[in-house]
Amino acid sequence: MTDHREEIDSVSGTATTGHQWDDIKELNTPLPRWWVIAFYLSIIWAVGYWFVYPAWPLLTSNTTGFLGYSSRADVAVELANLDKIRGEKMVALGAASLADIEKDPGLLALARARGKTVFGDNCAPCHGSGAAGAKGYPNLNDDDWLWGGTLDQIMQTIQFGARSGHAKAHEGQMLAFGKDGVLKPDQIVAVANYVRALSGLSTRPGYEAAAGTKVFAENCVACHGDNGKGNPELGAPNLTDKIWLYGSDEAAVIESITNGRAGVMPAWEGRLDPVTIKAMAVYVHSLGGGK
Amino acid sequence: MNKPAPPADLQYDDVGPLYAARKKVYPQSVSGTFRRIKWGLMAVCLGIYYFLPFVRWNRGLGAPDQAVLIDFPNRRFYFFFIELWPQEVYYFTGLLIIAAVALFLMNAIGGRIWCGYLCPQTVWTDLFYAVERLIEGDRRERMKKDASADPMRLERISEIVLKHSIWLLIAWWTGGAWVLYFSDAPTLVKELVTFQAPMTAYIWIAMLTASTYLLAGFMREQVCTYMCPWPRIQAALTDEWALNVTYEYDRGEKRTSLKKAAELRAQGERVGDCIDCYQCVAVCPTGIDIRNGPQLECIQCGLCIDACDSVMTRIGRPTRLIGYDNDINIQRREAGKPPIYRVVRPRTIVYSSVIAVVGAIMLYALLTRSLLDVNVLHDRNPVAVKLSDGSIRNAYTVRLLNKRGFDRVIAIDVDGPVNATVHVVGVDSVTPDRPMIVVGRDQTAEFRVLVTAPADSNPEKSVPVRFHVTDVGLGEVASATDNFVSP
Repeated sequence: MTDHREEIDSVSGTATTGHQWDDIKELNTPLPRWWVIAFYLSIIWAVGYWFVYPAWPLLTSNTTGFLGYSSRADVAVELANLDKIRGEKMVALGAASLADIEKDPGLLALARARGKTVFGDNCAPCHGSGAAGAKGYPNLNDDDWLWGGTLDQIMQTIQFGARSGHAKAHEGQMLAFGKDGVLKPDQIVAVANYVRALSGLSTRPGYEAAAGTKVFAENCVACHGDNGKGNPELGAPNLTDKIWLYGSDEAAVIESITNGRAGVMPAWEGRLDPVTIKAMAVYVHSLGGGK
Repeated sequence: MNKPAPPADLQYDDVGPLYAARKKVYPQSVSGTFRRIKWGLMAVCLGIYYFLPFVRWNRGLGAPDQAVLIDFPNRRFYFFFIELWPQEVYYFTGLLIIAAVALFLMNAIGGRIWCGYLCPQTVWTDLFYAVERLIEGDRRERMKKDASADPMRLERISEIVLKHSIWLLIAWWTGGAWVLYFSDAPTLVKELVTFQAPMTAYIWIAMLTASTYLLAGFMREQVCTYMCPWPRIQAALTDEWALNVTYEYDRGEKRTSLKKAAELRAQGERVGDCIDCYQCVAVCPTGIDIRNGPQLECIQCGLCIDACDSVMTRIGRPTRLIGYDNDINIQRREAGKPPIYRVVRPRTIVYSSVIAVVGAIMLYALLTRSLLDVNVLHDRNPVAVKLSDGSIRNAYTVRLLNKRGFDRVIAIDVDGPVNATVHVVGVDSVTPDRPMIVVGRDQTAEFRVLVTAPADSNPEKSVPVRFHVTDVGLGEVASATDNFVSP
């Protein structure tokens, strides 16, 4: 027969629950009264929350609560505040000329900070987070500029891009001399070696300078110039320097001459506001290579 | 169900409950040497605490003129002629070491001097007891009033209300003084009064009002007995030579009433000086009996010494039956030898030396600390840039710190790669080889510095580069080292 009387543990003086495992009995220690009261109060409090704050999901929306609180509205307020704070400074940035921004430590710091952020969001995918570039994507830290490295030229390139389809975009491209049948393979090899020799790089055995010079003079000088120093108006790179956008080995140069090159820089006008583009130009210029 | 009784060693009857109800302490007023010392120290400590924020110190135009100010928004700490920047918090490490060792030294010399005289808990509790005594009367009256079963009269209610009002006023002033250390005091007082002070000021005042009121008005000696770690540490740190508030049982025992003692003395018997008057217990703010020997609860405030001395004087026996002493001397006196006091011991020498050494290091560091500094951070991406003529360029973020109260022209010299040139972005220096930069007073300025080395001039993958900065006007210098890397 079950014993219904409460069993008291002799050591602690506390009632047991009557449950027993491996001869160990469970003590019946109820929760403290204050704890239980606090627990029930917090449940009541939670119910109050349902009515005051957004709480229950509905089919297409949710209950909004008496206070009409919304974290999205909070964000909107914060963003408006940010715009207000930033606004005054950005107006100052917009009013100053590019050269004056670089001379004013406060504006320079602002432009660099703004530029760095926007660069990370928009430019880093191609140019890299530190603007160090990659094959086909120019390194913006160096002093070699396809379309010119002054503040105004940099800003123009950012605004309208290169071969971007924008009406004011930089145009001009490296033709596919091999693919289009303008040059024969042996002519291409010759001119490739000529171009490498311009930068002091080695030429392949049996290369005749005369052949390379002839091909270069007939086909390349129009854009790259008599001395191979390039032309920023056309985006024709300087062939005599140490920087090679697509690589300096013979195969890479032959590839460029055979199939042509026409890297695209998007136009940012309309996608970024004018003041931001200005900040970007200053930022890129200040990376170290600006002229 | 019948259970066999647990074996004897498993019976817990000797272990009492873990909870003990507080026995309210009613310390009696007392006068004497130690009481006077305590009043004096209380006046000094509270005076410094409450009034220091109002002390002015001229630092020139544009700088705060508060002698002691923790300026969080501008990240500066001002202490009279010292101004510290956040990166100099190591001075506080030194201060904390000195504070800890000074505590050890006090303990080695005179026991819990800190607890008895200087600890804020003691000072404020003492002040609150003084208020209580002034309004509700001394020990016996307070005990009687508390024990009275009569319904409260208006007089008693007004007493209680008055006491708590004054307590709250002191507590509020305590919290109020605290926030004044973090902002210009006169301005903040004005703002507080006109309810224009920042919410954080009111919150901090409220929190410190609450903690002062509760700790000094209600928890009192329980803070020392249960909350504070120092009594435990102190007990482990002390030695047999340290002087503690001690009942000299060699002289005091055997306790006899005054009348009986006279009779016994007349018969030529030896009797103790303690007449069991319990005055030492009555004045004790922690409610213990010092005659039971050294106890964890005892904060060694010395009030029992005053109480006993006045009794001994009245009955014509020598004073200092309770006094600063130790067991060694009690045993020596019992053996008929003179007491000896050894303040100079290995531990006091070591503690004093540590304080002296750390203090000297701090003083040296403070006197020779640089008011011009430079930090250099190498660009991580790209690490190095090859230019069109084959030369190599590294970019660095250079931060200049001008800790003086005026603008300064700083020249940058770079000592690194052979034939390297330096350019600071945004700075058109008239001296291109040695760029000059203006750094505003009491601030830092960050610049992008480009170092370019000619092609093939540096065969090493990485060479050290040193940035020397010089204050052109004062000749102060600072430098920082980084590396120049080739791709």
